[in-house]
Amino acid sequence: MDKMRQVVERARAAFNSGRSRSLEFRIQQLKALERMVNEREKEILAALKADLHKCGHSAYSQEIIGILGELALTMEKLPSWAAPQPVKRNLLTMRDEAYIGYEPLGVVLIIGAWNYPFVLVMQPLIGAIAAGNAVVVKPSEVSENTARLVAELLPQYLDKDLYPVVTGGVPETTELLTQRFDHILYTGNTAVGKIVMAAAAKHLTPVTLELGGKSPCYIDKDCDLTVACRRITWGKYMNCGQTCIAPDYILCDPSIQSKVVENIKETLKEFYGEDVKSSPDYERIVNKRHFNRVKNLLEGQKIAHGGETDEASCFIAPTILTDVSPESKVMEEEIFGPVLPIVTVKSVEEAIEFINLREKPLALYVFSNNKQLIKRVISQTTSGGVTGNDVIMHFFLSTLPFGGVGHSGMGAYHGKYSFETFSHRRACLIKDLRMESANKMRYPPGSQKKLDW
Amino acid sequence: NPYAGLVSRLRASWLSEKTRPMEYRMAQLEALGHFLDEKKQDIVEATASDLGRAAFETELSEILLCKNELHETLNNLSRWMKDEHVDRTLAMQLDSAFIRKDPYGVVLIIAPWNYPTSLFLAPLIGAIAAGNCVIIKPSEVSKKMERLVAEALPNYLDKDCFAVVTGGVQETTRLLENKFDYIFFTGIPPVGRIVMAAAAKHLTPVTLELGGKNPCYVSDTCDVTNVARRVAWGRFFNAGQTCVAPDYLLCTLEMQEKLIPALQKAIKDFYGPNPQESPDFGRMVSDKQFQRIRALLGSGRVAIGGQTDEAERYIAPTVLVEVQPSDPIMQEEIFGPVLPIVVVANMNEAIDFINSRERPLAIYAFSSDDKVVNQVLERTSSGGFCGNDTLMHMTLSSLPFGGIGNSGLGMYHGKFSFDTFSHRRGCLKRGMGREPLNGPRYPPYSQQKLGVVRAASRVTRPDACTLL
Repeated sequence: MDKMRQVVERARAAFNSGRSRSLEFRIQQLKALERMVNEREKEILAALKADLHKCGHSAYSQEIIGILGELALTMEKLPSWAAPQPVKRNLLTMRDEAYIGYEPLGVVLIIGAWNYPFVLVMQPLIGAIAAGNAVVVKPSEVSENTARLVAELLPQYLDKDLYPVVTGGVPETTELLTQRFDHILYTGNTAVGKIVMAAAAKHLTPVTLELGGKSPCYIDKDCDLTVACRRITWGKYMNCGQTCIAPDYILCDPSIQSKVVENIKETLKEFYGEDVKSSPDYERIVNKRHFNRVKNLLEGQKIAHGGETDEASCFIAPTILTDVSPESKVMEEEIFGPVLPIVTVKSVEEAIEFINLREKPLALYVFSNNKQLIKRVISQTTSGGVTGNDVIMHFFLSTLPFGGVGHSGMGAYHGKYSFETFSHRRACLIKDLRMESANKMRYPPGSQKKLDW
Repeated sequence: NPYAGLVSRLRASWLSEKTRPMEYRMAQLEALGHFLDEKKQDIVEATASDLGRAAFETELSEILLCKNELHETLNNLSRWMKDEHVDRTLAMQLDSAFIRKDPYGVVLIIAPWNYPTSLFLAPLIGAIAAGNCVIIKPSEVSKKMERLVAEALPNYLDKDCFAVVTGGVQETTRLLENKFDYIFFTGIPPVGRIVMAAAAKHLTPVTLELGGKNPCYVSDTCDVTNVARRVAWGRFFNAGQTCVAPDYLLCTLEMQEKLIPALQKAIKDFYGPNPQESPDFGRMVSDKQFQRIRALLGSGRVAIGGQTDEAERYIAPTVLVEVQPSDPIMQEEIFGPVLPIVVVANMNEAIDFINSRERPLAIYAFSSDDKVVNQVLERTSSGGFCGNDTLMHMTLSSLPFGGIGNSGLGMYHGKFSFDTFSHRRGCLKRGMGREPLNGPRYPPYSQQKLGVVRAASRVTRPDACTLL
């Protein structure tokens, strides 16, 4: 396990050499990443297919597009992001230089997750490189094909010492976390998030934790149910429900529950055809352990649609549960699967109260024609982010910070926020050694006259 | 859990949305202003008793600083609270995209003893401005101030939403067992680790304002008189008990020989021939601190000062020379009126010396040559940096104040306080019409759909129109 210490030490020595600091170098590395994504697209898509049964279109639109967009944005904006930012001065500092300098933190650690295994290491990596850091990349071992590919590809395109890839499972990650980093960005679940933060505390390492939770989706009686259910169906069942910001459960009035079910059923047919299992566009659960976990959530529930499973292929059909009790198992943990419980509530007040009694979610969704109602739901709740009248989409706007709050996480990234997350904002004040007379007022011996001035 | 009731009471208040309206927050902030005005004399006296500190220093470094933070916050709060609208992609041109500032909920502020008013009040201003409920835990070491805060502050603020908890290590440990939505801690790194570990159990975000040894490099080309005055001021203010004080000096032997008499003169100008008699020079806060610092006087050789008086917890403004990097005084943050000088051959050696140690809260560099100041700045890393002066970067609230590495994480002052205590929530509001435009994102997938998705996902400025 000495290996972890050596990798980190080498990265630190590489950082201390200073070569990652120039903008030219950073942009050159980002360009190389861009080349990598374009040149090796086929292998990347194949790895995602092998890990998650993701078809080319899904993989490309869910992972590749975002990465290419982030790379283009970062390379274009980096000079302006990295430039020192002059600040407003007061009377005492009027003749001085005062600015905020953006500096790299040092050696940062990125721990990826298995559900979007490529973009969840690449997107933070882009920000970390842009900010001038050395980066240790630890892709999730659960998505093993992607992990292996990342370990193969990165050294072929990037500086090997500055951006090492470390693979392995729990023991390797635990060992890695004993090393000292200058920032850790972890994407994964709440339980492991606590472990990562506890490990970081030993070194006073700042962390960004992108966790999860149960993202509620409130459907108001006054809304276009066809459209709403279409959008919800898309967001819920993409990647077989294994999306941190998927609408986890629905809250709606009992009078529209059956219409919601009907609409979702219709949409599912439109998306995946009569036989979902044979649709090339529908994914699988990542492994047996999660397959069993999700399957067990169906116990004792009223299945309004779906429910079929096939262990051999880790297939779980798009499923809808109705009249779900808030105390049932499926309402306790983040589902992370293609199971959509509907919990009925009599009013938007009840929905708001329901949401506020639970842990703060990563995303919150509300569908309504009534703009005031949407405003109210947003104002009377909190969450990582929000999309109104759609799902997932706030993730794709890089000018919005993406992150959680409470149990769903801390910190944020995407676009400029990635750059800021991986930078130190250093307060700089440069004064003149002359003009000492201006300082007389502050020196002892003190007097009321001096204070009054 | 003795504090569970208090925390859940405050959480209930927060859930009742009492702290949300701007008018409420302004009223509480204005009440803080009254606290500062009406209790100013008591604060000055309590601080004089706890730290032997002159009224002048308390007014300058705490009262004035907090009044400025208050005014800036009151003047700008409505602007800071507003939703921040952001640039959108082509596909989202008709949507509303903005960042909402949500309060976290129930916030804990743990304050230290060295600036016992401003180090709880400045963060408190930010926490209230951001709409949170707050528990304040002042330091038990500055006893009179602790009592003043516990007794007087609750009379100014809404008792439903703001509370003061007193006690020592045991009480703080129990307090930290509770779930808070944010913890703001000012203190030393070892305790910072304990606070962060406790926060990790609840996934509570933290800001840690810690410390370290702030190096002060003096180059050979400089106005020695002015340097000596600025360094002496920064070192001996509050009798050295300042987190951003210059901790030790780095210079050539040549410069040291010039600096000693200049420092001697500055000390005499400030505190007279016997600083123990000056009303402007403070004392160590406790016997423990006094003994700790007195022990450090054994490092090197005393060039100026060195006198101590246990009964008064007085340590004279002291400068030590012939200090080795391995000496005890170079192993810990001094936090007292003692300035060791470590001799280096040149600027490069000074920079290497600084970089071989933990990153400090502040770095200072003095030179009449701009290039030297910039070199030190560019080739080192620290929370903040001030060229040709000490402490002053802290007084500009448009600059973020915080550490890096061992000296801390997070930042505050001015708008940065408001941002620290707010959750920035990314919000996208779409319309339910134009559903056909969403067609390309739905299965069943096709090459054509993919092309449209690609084109629509580029971020544009609001006035641009490109349809590639």
